[in-house]
Order: sequence, then structure tokens, then C-alpha cells
Amino acid sequence: MFYIYCPYCKEHREEEEFHPRGQAHLLRPEDPENTSDEEWGDYLFFRDNPRGIHHEMWVHSVGCRKFFNITRNTVTYEILETYPMGEQPTITAETERVRKEQGVQAADGGWQTVGARPENKALNEETSS
Amino acid sequence: MTQTNRISAGGRIDRSRGLEFTFNGQRYQGFAGDTLASALLANGVDIVNRSFKYSRARGIVAAGAEEPNALVQLGARKDTQVPNVRATQQGLYNGLVARSTNGWPNVQRDVMSWVGKLGGNFMPPGFYYKTFMSPASMWMTYEKYIRMGAGLGRAPTESDPDIYDHMHHHCDVLVVGAGPAGLSAALSAARSGARVILCDEQEEMGGSLLDSRETLDDVAAVRWVEQTLTELGSMENVTLLPRTTANGYHDHNFVTLHERRTEHLADTASDAGFPGMPRARMHRVRATRVVLASGTHERPLVYANNDLPGNMVAGAVSTYIRRYGVVPGNSLVLSTSNDHAYRAALDWQEAGRKVVAIVDARANPEGDLVRQARDSGIRVITGSAVIEAKGTQRVSGARVSAVDLNHFVITGSIEDLECDTIASSGGYSPVVHLASHTGTRPQWDDKLLGFVPGEVKGLIAAGGVSGHYALEETLADGARAGRQAALDSGIESAEELALPATRKRRDGESCAIYQVPHEKKGLRVPKQFVDMQNDVTASAIELATREGFESIEHVKRYTALGFGTDQGKLGNINGMAIAARCLGRSIPEVGTTVFRPNYTPITFGAIVGRHCDELFDPKRYTALHQWHVENGAEFEDVGQWKRPWYFPHSANGKKESMHEAVARECLAVRQGVGILDASTLGKIDIQGPDAREFLGRVYTNKWAKLAPGRVRYGLMCKDDGMLMDDGTTSCLGDNHFLMTTTTGGAAGVLEWLEIWHQTEWPELQVYFNSVTDHWATMTVTGPDARKLMSEVTDIDLDREKFKFMDWKEGNVAGVPARVFRISFTGELAYEINVQANYAMQVWKTLFEHGEKYNLTPYGTETMHVLRAEKGLIIVGQDTDGSVTPEDLGMHWAIGYDKPFHWIGKRALSRPDTMRGDRKQLVGLKPKDPKVVLEEGAQIVLDPNESIPMSMMGHVTSSYYSPELDSGFALAVLKKGRERMGETVYLPMSDGKVHEAEVVSTVFIDPKGERQNV
Amino acid sequence: MSDVKEFQSRPTDTSRAESPLEWSLHEQKSLPHASNPGVILSEKPFMGQLILRGGAIVMDEAVREVMDMALPAKPLAVVSDDSGERSIQWLSPDEWLVIVPGGEEFELEQKLRQSLGQAHFSIVNVSGGQTLMSLKGSRAREVLMKSISYDVHPHAFPVGKGVSTTFAKATIIVRRTQEDGWELILRRSFADYCYRWLLDASREYGVSVTR
Repeated sequence: MFYIYCPYCKEHREEEEFHPRGQAHLLRPEDPENTSDEEWGDYLFFRDNPRGIHHEMWVHSVGCRKFFNITRNTVTYEILETYPMGEQPTITAETERVRKEQGVQAADGGWQTVGARPENKALNEETSS
Repeated sequence: MTQTNRISAGGRIDRSRGLEFTFNGQRYQGFAGDTLASALLANGVDIVNRSFKYSRARGIVAAGAEEPNALVQLGARKDTQVPNVRATQQGLYNGLVARSTNGWPNVQRDVMSWVGKLGGNFMPPGFYYKTFMSPASMWMTYEKYIRMGAGLGRAPTESDPDIYDHMHHHCDVLVVGAGPAGLSAALSAARSGARVILCDEQEEMGGSLLDSRETLDDVAAVRWVEQTLTELGSMENVTLLPRTTANGYHDHNFVTLHERRTEHLADTASDAGFPGMPRARMHRVRATRVVLASGTHERPLVYANNDLPGNMVAGAVSTYIRRYGVVPGNSLVLSTSNDHAYRAALDWQEAGRKVVAIVDARANPEGDLVRQARDSGIRVITGSAVIEAKGTQRVSGARVSAVDLNHFVITGSIEDLECDTIASSGGYSPVVHLASHTGTRPQWDDKLLGFVPGEVKGLIAAGGVSGHYALEETLADGARAGRQAALDSGIESAEELALPATRKRRDGESCAIYQVPHEKKGLRVPKQFVDMQNDVTASAIELATREGFESIEHVKRYTALGFGTDQGKLGNINGMAIAARCLGRSIPEVGTTVFRPNYTPITFGAIVGRHCDELFDPKRYTALHQWHVENGAEFEDVGQWKRPWYFPHSANGKKESMHEAVARECLAVRQGVGILDASTLGKIDIQGPDAREFLGRVYTNKWAKLAPGRVRYGLMCKDDGMLMDDGTTSCLGDNHFLMTTTTGGAAGVLEWLEIWHQTEWPELQVYFNSVTDHWATMTVTGPDARKLMSEVTDIDLDREKFKFMDWKEGNVAGVPARVFRISFTGELAYEINVQANYAMQVWKTLFEHGEKYNLTPYGTETMHVLRAEKGLIIVGQDTDGSVTPEDLGMHWAIGYDKPFHWIGKRALSRPDTMRGDRKQLVGLKPKDPKVVLEEGAQIVLDPNESIPMSMMGHVTSSYYSPELDSGFALAVLKKGRERMGETVYLPMSDGKVHEAEVVSTVFIDPKGERQNV
Repeated sequence: MSDVKEFQSRPTDTSRAESPLEWSLHEQKSLPHASNPGVILSEKPFMGQLILRGGAIVMDEAVREVMDMALPAKPLAVVSDDSGERSIQWLSPDEWLVIVPGGEEFELEQKLRQSLGQAHFSIVNVSGGQTLMSLKGSRAREVLMKSISYDVHPHAFPVGKGVSTTFAKATIIVRRTQEDGWELILRRSFADYCYRWLLDASREYGVSVTR
């Protein structure tokens, strides 16, 4: 059960008050008529599924009914920020990669499968894409 | 029977309050303050169960949640049965009735022992699958008896008389465990002013301090517990939850606690004198910080026959003696790897019974407790271990030998010691379960010889669970954690807690010992149990590694190590150590398996809470519900709504069938006048200068020219071109519209409008608000509708002035109303909207005037027949998310030339949506008019085609039409519109094949004249 | 904004009105009456209720002019007039709930529309769609804790706060307009479910229902 900060109500609320609405920052092609079938198909059906930082759209459906975005780590389930519609995230896979390279401790995570042998470590390495 | 093992003084029981209870049909006595386990041990009950797989006699091993054997079936009555209760966690009450969970037909003599004998000394993992494999058809039979024999607890066969509920909490600091660390953490956080919840799973708070030999501020440690609890209990910002197990640690510091509220008092809350009180409660806690002070579980040693009754973990022996005044035997041998376990021997001796020897695996133990034991005259055998327990129904002796742990062999000769109890301790495993529930990996600590919690955001481990075993360290670590948690949660300042003075105790180093070597090798070693609940032996783990299972997760699944209600509390680390030895790896390389919620079993009642019976799911009612009930309606669930399905008449004690009632209702509408409660339709008020533009973008058809006073039917698609909802929208003013949606689609459509407005077109000036519940809607329809309406309204109903697809406002039955001339029946129809608070008076007035027209209330079934006769679709019944407006033949409702690129338009020119062989909506007329086709029936063109047949489509709606006196159906059929007049076939599961003709979807009044009168 | 159809949906004779809880109370025959109730429930039916949508600044000017009250500016705030009979509650950055004594709502809507003039706004009458329930008593907070996951501790939920949240499996507005007790706003079609839930959750504390 997530605890989600609503950027409009300005406080944390229980997950049951929200609906997830999938990947954030999808753009409907400006000129659908001149969009190829393949591009339109991509817009309709294809979504990212990254391991690590992901941006998602949620709606505070039983609260203020406003849509907003969440930056979430899909490995740890940590919510790193929420921001209103029309704004851009301050935390991205890219900023996290830079932070790591600079030796800053990034949001650390658990693993759903515990007990990997050392040689399996690569499998459990968090990737930042 | 007297309490032979009860000592005359000491413990935290109340000897003045005797309690009677029954176990396996035998009556016993215990005292207030006992657990069922301590009372059984007091009465000398050795065997409490038969083991799951080998059917071996089993006794009580531990004193808390880690107990693997003493699972009982609780409850005196059929309706109060609770399976899988640990006797060690069940408070004793007067009249308690319990039975062994395992051990059909009884625990003393066991029918299942043939299984063990058949397998001889060797019943490997996978035994059941390997042995009872063939014939496969017999497995169900075998399984039934194996399960009955194994016994996994029995579900109650009657409805639970108790109630359960949930409670939500928010706090700054949740402290899990009220032992020394938990208490000092709670006190430290509470004094800073933080909102604190302290929960503990035992009958009494205090944890290890309740049976401690140590002093705090020079008085018994338990006095400090009492003082601390008194202080915490008096604080407004503290919630104490005893008998409450933290069972699940979930994302973002959400913790589920399970509180036993009356389970320790009686079979039911009523029996306990608290009718109406929930028997158990699930607390759902959102904590800013969690202090995990769950302590440790002692590890038993893995030696031969270590499962015989009389084998216990050392700490449990101390607990039973010091807390419950019960010495569970007469003569004790203690086998240990550490100093702390020496307590058991000291307590045993002080209770006046014989300590035969302490067998210490270390060559040269020399801590304070060791010296104390030697000073008390106890024999200490060093460099040695108990390698095997002797006995049949109970321990009768211990075989002791010197051991070389590096080479895993015994050295020197074997000495046989006579005793009836063997206590063992292989060290302490921090109870890391909760910290692992969200997936964080526990970390191996070489010095502690155990796993400690990994880093978990928002969680602070304190005391034993983080490896602080000495009392002064535990207290200090708890205080630190409590203070830190308070500060982290936003409390501005928190003072350091002044801790009670402890007497320093010097403990020697422990040694690493898990499985004990034996003089025999391999399979000839008598069984050495690792996981007693699942009957997993050391040799089973060895076998698993030999058979190629290298991952600990695979070893677990092959052997069942750590399965079931046990979740590896006693056995996991020993099992991993054995796997590691066999694989030639270290324990951290092997790793642990995943611990999952729940930590201990929870009754389903507590999970369900009060979401059961009439409160299982909301039932939504319209303003007219009472009338429907009083007039005998049968109801249909439409989403959460209760809608009248049909209104059966009763005459001469005979009630109409649905078929009869629906036929009558249909004819009443077609020939006279009927009325429907349509209040459940979704209604959305849309205001704003861009409202019209917005409608044009979300509907497939045109809205630019709809004038105030007019109504239009609209289709709504998703951007993939598939129909998602439909309904009428009325233009109330140039910038004001009232949209209706399907009953089930109401919430979804409102969210749909919002998502497009908020994310794609925020520049459009428009607002949407639900008015579904504000308006009640009544449909008056049929040839006599105008006559009836004219009697109750001041609206001019002249057909030229109030045309089809117009709406007007006025009064109906004295109530301001909007009336819409729209029709879902194909007949003349008026849809009346009034504020819901006044709906009943309008409805009743209509019936007062309607009597002479035989005004007939009809329900959803009749509505379905009438609309299907007209070929009007129901989204979600005739469509399924893969149907475009073109597939439905609704080209007329698609505005391809609208200026804006409305939702769904682009997708309608994708190759797949333009495919020539798409399924299209058609009507079907069965050749035999008596046939009503099955909804969902598949359509084929050639009934003689061999299976698999080419399926061309299916029936979506099918009814009997009283007007046509025939069955009829709507269906989707490949190239359906090209097949008008063709015959298709519908093969049924009983071998019959129905024939039907493909016809138009409109069966009645094809020109639509009736609704236009 | 022009071209919106105002509509007085309240009849002159309201004597036969039925509140959303009519069916529930009717079905119960006699109302629960505990001797020493920890929980007291009573419906305040037929209040006038409007949803205001629009920009906060123009809306604030309008309600100041028409109602002599300030629009709650902070999220989750609810303000009442001196009599306690009229209130305005923040629901979202562009949405407020106004509750006034039954019968005042239509005139209020007309005045607000006049005051708001050509601004972009919306006013929707929802008086028939929801009802008020007062929840009082020494155990009222515990009943809420059984029913909603929102934090109702006085530190987190002072007087002057109101939230829209999940109530059991329904949605509800919970607010504290006064020191002693809570106001719940129940959606009409869910009112019976919420009422039954409240009775069930209150039973162990003793409950009385007054009309």
C-alpha cells in the first residue's frame, strides 16, 4: 500500500484514494491524420516498463479528482517525487545515474528474490533505464 | 490429574485462580496467566501432536511464536473451531477445549505410522509424489487419506458467531515488540511527545524480561517492566496493544497488526461477557518510523532424534520455569554453544530438580554463567555435544560425545546420560521477518552467527534483532532507536533516556554449531530434524543438494523447509547451514529464502473485518427503492446498484414467473403505458464556453449545431476506435449540457472527461460535475404516455411543440422537472428528471393518475427486451471493447468531417479496423420461433464442419419477444451485413444445432414511427 | 458566464420530501437508542448544497460579496459563518462545496452567477444527491478509525478541516466544523450502506440515532 503525496491536497494519502493511469508524459500526436499507422500504434499500445526510475500518471480519484505525476522506483517502490500536470520531473533515470557516478548514495533497494549467489549479483544490479 | 510439574512458588501465574480445560478429551487444570502450552506441561502432557509426514510423536519445544509442534484445533463448538493455534500463544481460559491438529485417530497410537515404517528409515523429499504417482487417477484418493492423516487443521463447518473489524492508525513511531529494547524505545519516543504505538504478540508485555534472572536498578527486571508500562499507559500520546502481532510490513511503512481481543478469554466474545466486541482486530498502521524490536529466536541443535518429546530449546525451559512456574521434566541435559543458555540449567536446578550435565560444544567456556554453573556443582562437559536423544514416547537419555566441528566428526567415546529432558541451544537468530517483507535482503553477521535486517527505509532495528544481546546494550539500543525514530518523524527535540542500572555480565564467545555429527554416516543416522513442522531432516537437505538443487529457494521447495505456518522460524538458519556445508559454501553465499507476510497465521475473520454479510459490498439504492420493495420487485445487481429486474404479480397465491411478468410488462409498454426507474444512469453536468467544443472531441458525432432544448445520442470511443460508452446529451444552454452515461460507466466516463481535459486540453474552459445522485429519473413510455403525462404536468405536450429529442422544463406532480423526449423502447416516451428528494411524490402521483391507464412498472429485463427489439445496443453487452461504431453499423453517428481530430477517429483508419471480415452487429431470427438462443452461443456457417469449427461470431443479446411471439437475438457476425437473409447455425453443447436467419437489428417498427407520435 | 440554464429544482411544497436516509430509517422501524451511548448519529436532511468551480480569486470575491464569507484558500479547509449554518469547503484547487439551510441554495446560485458575471465558472446544485450526518459522542473518533484510513487524530484533523476520502468501500466527505463531533456527507445512493456501516461499527460502544 503506497502512501502518496498529492501535490494539490498537499499531503500524503492512502493508495486506496488514487487510481494509477499508466505511463506519464505520453504525447498524443499533434496531427493524427499525418501520423503513420505504426506511430499511431506505438502511441496507442506501447509503454515503457523500466527497472528503476519510472514516471507514472495517477489521479486522486476520491480526493480532489486531479491528475498528477509520480516518479517511482519500480524496484524499491519508493516514490521519489510527485508533481502536477504540466511540470517535468526533477528526478530521472539520467539524474540518478549522474548521482551514482558522483558517489552519492542513490535510493537503495530491496530485491524481490533474496538469496542470490555472488555470481548472480549482476542480475540483481539495479539498472538505470 | 494434578499438575505434577508445577512448582509451588514463582512465576507470573495466579495460583488462586484455577482454570479447567480439556485437551484431546481429557480434563486438566491450570492457572490464570498460563498459556495452553504451560498448562499442558504443568500437567505432564508429553505428546501434543503427531508429525506431518512421518507421524512421529511430538512435544512442546518452544514457548512462543516459533513453536513448530504444538498446533491445536481450538474451540468447544462446531461454530467456534479455530485451526492451527499455537498452544504457546493461546492464553488459557476456563472451559477451553483443544485437540491436537495432527494425529488422526489419536496422538498416542497412530494409524499413520505404517507410512513411516513403509519408508523405513528413508522417506525422502518428494516421497509422496514419487510413491503415490501412479495411477495418476488415484492421487485424489491417496491425497484425501494422506491429508486426513497428516491433519492440517479443520475449517469450522458452521458460521462464525463472532465479529471482527479493522482499525486505521497513523503514528510517528510504531514499536514492534515490548521486550527490553521495545520498552526503552517506546519510552524514549513517547517522552519526546511523539505519537507512539507499542505492540507485542504475547499475553503480557515485557518479552525476555519476564523470565530474566537479571536485575534493573537492583530489583528484579520485571519491576522495571511494570513501571515502564504504567508510565506508557498513562500517556495520551501512547497506544499500547498487547496480544497484538505485527504480521506484515508493507510498502511505505504500512504495517498490519493482528490483535486478539477476546480470544484469550473464551470461545466467543459473548461467552467472555463482551457481546458486540470484535473477537480480533486488524490494525492498519501507517507509521512515519517503525522500530523493530522483535528480538531473537533461539536455534535448537540438530542431533539425532531431536524431535522426541522432552527435547526443548534452552530458553523455553527458562521461560516455563520462571514465568509459569512449570518445570517440564525431572532431569536435564543441556547441550549448548553459548553462555546465555546456561540459564536453563541454573533455573532448573533452583527449581529443585536434577541437572545431569551441561554439554558445551566449546573447548574452553569461561563466562560468568559458566562459572556460576560450575560453582553450583553442575557437571560441565566441554568440547562436546548431545549427538542423539534416546527414548520412544519421551526422552529417556542423551548420548554425548566430543565433536570436531571443523571436520564434522565425533571424536572419542560416547557417554550415555540418563535424563528425561534435553535442552539445546545453537545460538540466536534475530527475528528479521518483518524487515524482509518488502524484499530487503537480510545481512549475515559472522560475529553474531545470524542474519540481521538489511537497510529498510523508515525502519530502525533495535536490540536483539540488530544483534545487541547483552541486557544493557539492548536497553541502550532501544532507547537510541526510539529517540532517533522520534526525531526522524519530525519531533524537534528528544532527550536521551536515563536507563536503569544493570549488573554487567561477562559472556564468552559462542561457537558455530548447527547440525551435530553422529558416529554413523549418511542415511544410517537416526533422523535429525531441521524443520519439525514440515518434517524436514538434515539428510533430506543433503539429498536435495546431491540431487542438484543448489539455490536455497529450490532446496526449500523440494524439501518444504520453512513452509507452512512455521515460515522457518526455528529451522531456517540450521537448514541453510546444512545446505552450505553440503555445497561447500558459506551461509551468506547460500542466502536466505524470502520471508513473506503473514508472520504468524491470521484468522480470515480479521482480514475480512466487517466487510461481510450485508456490508460485504455497498448496495446502492435509488430514491424509489422503498416503493419497489413494497411492490414486490425482484432485483438485479447492476454494478453496485440494486435495480428492479421485474415486478411479478401474485394472484391466488401464485406468483408470476419472470417470463410471464416480462411478457406482461412488455405488452403494457407496447400497448398502454409503462414506467421505469432509470435513476441509475450516470449524469454529468457540463458548463463552460468550451463545453460544446469538448463534446465534439470526446463523442464521435457532431455537436456544433445542437440547439438549447434539444437532445442528441452520442457514441464515445477510446483512442483505439473502440466504443466505450454511449448515452444522450442535452443542450440546456449554449454553454451548458447534461450528459448521460450508462449505469456502469458513470464514474469511468467522468474520469475520462477529466483526464482529457486535465492532460491534453487544459486550455478548454469547461467544468464537469457528477449529478447522478441529485436527479431521479423516471421513464414514462408507451402509446398512452402523453395522456398520462398531460394529467400531471403543466408542460405543453403538443407533438409539434414538444418533439422527439426535445427537452422541456416545467412541473410534474408539483415538482420542478426536466422532461426529455427520448426513447429507449421505441415507443412514445418521456424521461422525467426531478431532484431525488422529491422523486417519490412524483412517482406516486403518476401511479395515482396512471391507474386508469394500467400504468405498469417494468424492470431491467423488460427494458432489455424492448430495446433489443429496436436494435438498440447496450455497451458492454453487445460490445466488448473490440467493437467500433462502424462494426455496429452506426456510420450515421460518426462525424468524419468534424474539424477537430476527435478521440478514436484516427484508429478507425488503421488496417485492422478497416478489415473486411470484421464482426458486425446483426439480428438473428431463429427458424423455430420457440427457440431463445443462448447469449454467447457461437455462430458457424457449416454445421457439419469437423471440430474445431470456424467460428464466425456469437450471440450478444437474446430474448423472447411477446410482440413477435418469437425468440430473437442480436449477434456479432463476420461480414454480417453482407449476409442478410442467409442461414447460420448455432451448435449447442448438448449436440443440438439451432438454425437462424440473419436479419436487420430492428425487429419492430423499422421506420421509428411509434416514438415520433 | 451566460448561457447556463439555472433551474430551481426545489418545489414550493416540500412536505413530501424524502431524504437519502428515508429508506434506511423506515426499514429500521425503531431507531437505536443506547442508555449511555458512546456514539450519537443524526441526519441533517434537506440542506442546500452547491458545488462551485472556478478560479479561487474571482470565486473569493463573489462569495465575499454574496455570502459575506471568505473562500477557504488552503487545501482541505472548511469555513463556517457565525451561525454555523453556512459553510464553504475546499474540495480541490478549483472546486468548493457550499452548504446552506435548505431553500437558500437557488437564490444563492443566482446571486453568485450575477456576481461572477462573465468569468469562467460553474455552479452545480447537488442538494438532492447527498446528505449530512452528524457523528458525536466519546467514541466517535474510534468509529471513524474503523471506517476511514484518513488520520482523524485531533493533531492531524483540527476543527476547520474537511477531506474527501474513502469510507469502507464508499466515498465520503468528513469534516470538523465544531469542537464536539464530526460531519459526514454521504452520497445519496451510498447513504444506506454508510449508515449501516456506522451502526455496526458503533455497536460495541452503544449507539443512539436521533432524527
